[in-house]
Amino acid sequence: MAKDHAPKETFSIDADMVKHVAFLVRLGIREEEARAFSHQFTAIIDYFHLLNEVDTANVPPASETSSTHSVMRADEVQPSIPRQDFLKNVPHRDGDYVQVPLVFGEE
Amino acid sequence: MTTYEPVIGLEIHTELLTKSKMFCGCSAAYSEAPAPNTLICPVCTALPGAMPVVNQKAVEQAILVGLALNCTINPMNQFARKNYFYPDLPKGYQISQYDLPVASDGWLEIPDDSGEGTQRVRVRRAHLEEDTAKLAHQGNSALVDFNRAGVPLLEIVSEPDMRTVEAALAYATKIRAILRYLGVNSGDMEKGVLRFEANVSVRPVGSQELRTRTEIKNLNSFRALTRASAYEIQRQTKIYETGGEVVQETLGWDDVRGVTVSQRSKEEAHDYRYFPEPDLPPLEISRLWVEEIKAQLPELPEAKSQRFVSVFGLTVKEAKLLTSEKALADYFEKAVSLSKSPAKIINNWITGEFLRYVNELGLDLDHLPVPAEHLAGLVDLVTGKIINDNSAKVVLKEMFETGQAPQAIVEAKNLAQISDEGYLEQVVAQILNDNPGAVASFLAGKETVLQFLMGQVARLTKGKADPQVARQLLMQALTKLKEN
Amino acid sequence: MSRTGMAIMSRCRWFLGKSSQMELHSLSIREAHELLSKKQVSSLELTTAALEHIRKTDLHIRAFVTVSDELALEQARLADERLRTGEGVTPLTGIPFAVKDCISTKNVRTTCSSKILENYVPQYNATVIDRLAEAGAVLVGKHNMDEFGMGSSCENSAFFNTHNPWDLERVPGGSSGGSAAAVAASMGVFALGEDTGGSVRMPAGFCNVTGLKPTYGRVPRYGLIALVSSFDCIGPMARDAWDCAAVLQAIAGQDRRDTTSLPAPVPDYVKGLEKPVKGLRLGVPKEYFQSGMEPGVESSIREAIHKFEELGMEVREVSLPHTKYGLPVYYLILFAEASANLARFDGARFGLSVTEGAENVIDMYLQTRREGFGPEVKRRIMLGAYVLSAGYYDAYYLKAQRVRTLLRRDFEAAFEQCDALVAPTCPTTAFKLGEKTDDPLTMYLSDIYVVSTNPAGVPALSVPCGFSNGMPVGMQLIGKHLSEDVLLQIGHAYQSVTDWHLKRPTVAK
Repeated sequence: MAKDHAPKETFSIDADMVKHVAFLVRLGIREEEARAFSHQFTAIIDYFHLLNEVDTANVPPASETSSTHSVMRADEVQPSIPRQDFLKNVPHRDGDYVQVPLVFGEE
Repeated sequence: MTTYEPVIGLEIHTELLTKSKMFCGCSAAYSEAPAPNTLICPVCTALPGAMPVVNQKAVEQAILVGLALNCTINPMNQFARKNYFYPDLPKGYQISQYDLPVASDGWLEIPDDSGEGTQRVRVRRAHLEEDTAKLAHQGNSALVDFNRAGVPLLEIVSEPDMRTVEAALAYATKIRAILRYLGVNSGDMEKGVLRFEANVSVRPVGSQELRTRTEIKNLNSFRALTRASAYEIQRQTKIYETGGEVVQETLGWDDVRGVTVSQRSKEEAHDYRYFPEPDLPPLEISRLWVEEIKAQLPELPEAKSQRFVSVFGLTVKEAKLLTSEKALADYFEKAVSLSKSPAKIINNWITGEFLRYVNELGLDLDHLPVPAEHLAGLVDLVTGKIINDNSAKVVLKEMFETGQAPQAIVEAKNLAQISDEGYLEQVVAQILNDNPGAVASFLAGKETVLQFLMGQVARLTKGKADPQVARQLLMQALTKLKEN
Repeated sequence: MSRTGMAIMSRCRWFLGKSSQMELHSLSIREAHELLSKKQVSSLELTTAALEHIRKTDLHIRAFVTVSDELALEQARLADERLRTGEGVTPLTGIPFAVKDCISTKNVRTTCSSKILENYVPQYNATVIDRLAEAGAVLVGKHNMDEFGMGSSCENSAFFNTHNPWDLERVPGGSSGGSAAAVAASMGVFALGEDTGGSVRMPAGFCNVTGLKPTYGRVPRYGLIALVSSFDCIGPMARDAWDCAAVLQAIAGQDRRDTTSLPAPVPDYVKGLEKPVKGLRLGVPKEYFQSGMEPGVESSIREAIHKFEELGMEVREVSLPHTKYGLPVYYLILFAEASANLARFDGARFGLSVTEGAENVIDMYLQTRREGFGPEVKRRIMLGAYVLSAGYYDAYYLKAQRVRTLLRRDFEAAFEQCDALVAPTCPTTAFKLGEKTDDPLTMYLSDIYVVSTNPAGVPALSVPCGFSNGMPVGMQLIGKHLSEDVLLQIGHAYQSVTDWHLKRPTVAK
């Protein structure tokens, strides 16, 4: 699975890939949009291949070497927010529930 | 014809018994919530701008579990985002752990196939995450209640080391017992606080390969676990036998029809796009803290069972039954400590009549109307021959109903056993006198009539006759008659 | 008395003579505080003046998405009460301010300049808002921005463009464009912006405003609508370093609700301003001065460096060898984190929800996000999914995180030789509206000088230092971890001997 260097052949992100990632982030897009995005994405990511110039062998990822460590909290119950305050902003509700359209058993 | 063997791994999701949620201060007691969406805040409902903060108790409980499963507790933990969309996941990602979980590389011993020895199931890892909201389907829509969203969850992942459904059941049972022992989970599967996922594949016996496996999700009872695994093993075996290929997929278990059903859409498994949670810097777990937690580890079922065998002289089977629930084991030990009677006898009473009432009345072992002192007292009355077995059963029933001490009940009901030989001799004499036909049968060789005569003694003494003494006197009298 | 002090005194004397509402709005925090303490002006007067000025001026600038009149007047009255009794008075008590519209304000609409939050009214305050309320400051409104902070010109707002008060045909910079323009045009005395990759400094530079990006974690993020959790920093934007110090004082410090907030004690930033800068070592990173800068920008920076030498600072050249990799490091990590942070905007619990014709919940997600997000947001979240995808994670996200370590090390090495770095904020002054909107990559490239600081977590202060072709030039002072006190000190010293920061635009009527 791991590829440390992006491919050297003519790099491109095609419309199918755009549609794939669009669905991953639940974004509805049309065919012509997918094509337009594919050109932009290709240019952007290709530019960022600049990073391949850098030798990062033995360099740890910054995400794993934070200078701070997590501070935890004591297991105490804090007051919850009033239900009405939360429900005020809910676009579709059914009584005290948040209502969403039909859900398939996906997860 | 090839024989296939199952290869089973289990993932167990266990809710932890903390007061507050994993990443916020909302109460985690969602099953006692007064109404939907009352135990919520910006964090667990994923409002814009909210941020998570780790619950120390949840980490502590996770470490306890890791230690109980002989795991290495990792000195550096990292939380990660597991990204996917579903209405019960308000952030659009679940905060979980990926590369650096709380615990890893542990193991658990379970009985082997022969039942005589043990086999080891390796525990790959245990990691912390948060539970999802509750979703209820209603016609063309779904209703979401966020009370459960964010409750701490520990996922315990085994290696695919189990080769039979029985082994999987033994492993799951043992994990549940340990979790209850540690006080981190109630084990109440009907409430959904403990859920199983089985990873099942099969392979030719003798081969070491790992073939394609399927994941059976949301198994919420031991019954579902065993039935679903068994079905899936059969299904996959048939596929291979007919020259087919098993497809990797996620399955659900339809208990009504007794089949596994595919859940995933045709797309391949979710791409969760894990990356380290930037809102939570690495969590350092000091050696000192782990040692402090280790000191809090209670005696676990295995060790307690072995101790019961060596100290109380119980059989392995007896010890295992008593230690299957910590509350039961504690009850037994307390009763033994308060009683003069042999532990074996106390065990018999507890696992016999006592448990029968508990189960019949649907009682909770943690909240019994009969304290251990009372049971100890009852057994002592029997071994001290103050009352006989039958009377004791009557007393026990009364104890459950009224919560009274046994001595008080015996006095009130005048159940004290009659052992007075002089009196019993008179009783015996009267019985023999009143039942010439039976006496004649006995003298003619029909020894089973003795039971009838004993019954008469019991009747006449309203069940209070000491059976041993009565029997002895009866035999003496009958023998005398025979000799004459 | 310092030159600044004397300037204040003379302005105060002017006010003693005439309390003209016309100029009340253009007081700095320091000046206003002086008058408020002496009871020569009330918060209600200041606030009313601010609201009036906004009403007239914002027609041209369009810096505000929401003006919170009622709340402001209420808070002004409360502030006046405090000022009357003298209890709980801070330098910010009674001072009107506004914040970038990505900071949650209870009962005041918060939109991130996005359609998806167009009518979202938070039911809680961000920590910084609570802290400013505690200090007695008065919230007058919410500023326009690039949608969800994605942009460098404010042209990505889903609602309208903000105009640079110095030239209405030009951009104010982004993404805190509304905040910079508002402060520059004296609409509110100070602002809270937010800097993820230059978003405070770049518009501050374009609009002739002083703006600070504090050390990551110095100011708590609880209540800040997240863009890049690893980089986002809330920071003050105001007329000068003194004002910025006063604001920072009120908002800095650990917050138990934000695990990334730093436990380090908060120094007295205002007191620290007067510390002498003589002998401090200033580094000039050579990679920041290679080709591509507008000549007027370069000459302004060089003049400023000269000024620092005059102030007794030692100037030397240093190197930040991985500078050119700052852009890909910044953007790759941004794409990834933003795509996860924006997943919660799905139409279920708040915000825009498009359910017409939705057969199932996935339709609701697809439709809502399609309609609710602008093109730049869509681009970035899709690219985020791409770089985190199985098979690409190592090549992009992980690679970027490794090079990020090298960027950090560059700064650490540089700070062994100097106490602060000086560099331009942007290679050019403010460009024209519409000039760069055709090609996203071109827009990204304008961030070249500001994008390395956020991945490294270091603080940076943008200070006005001249003009080029009539438009303001900003320089940034970059410091090591937790050295915002030093940066403010240097900025303050510079502003004591220059007056670029005092220049105000005349907004064409």
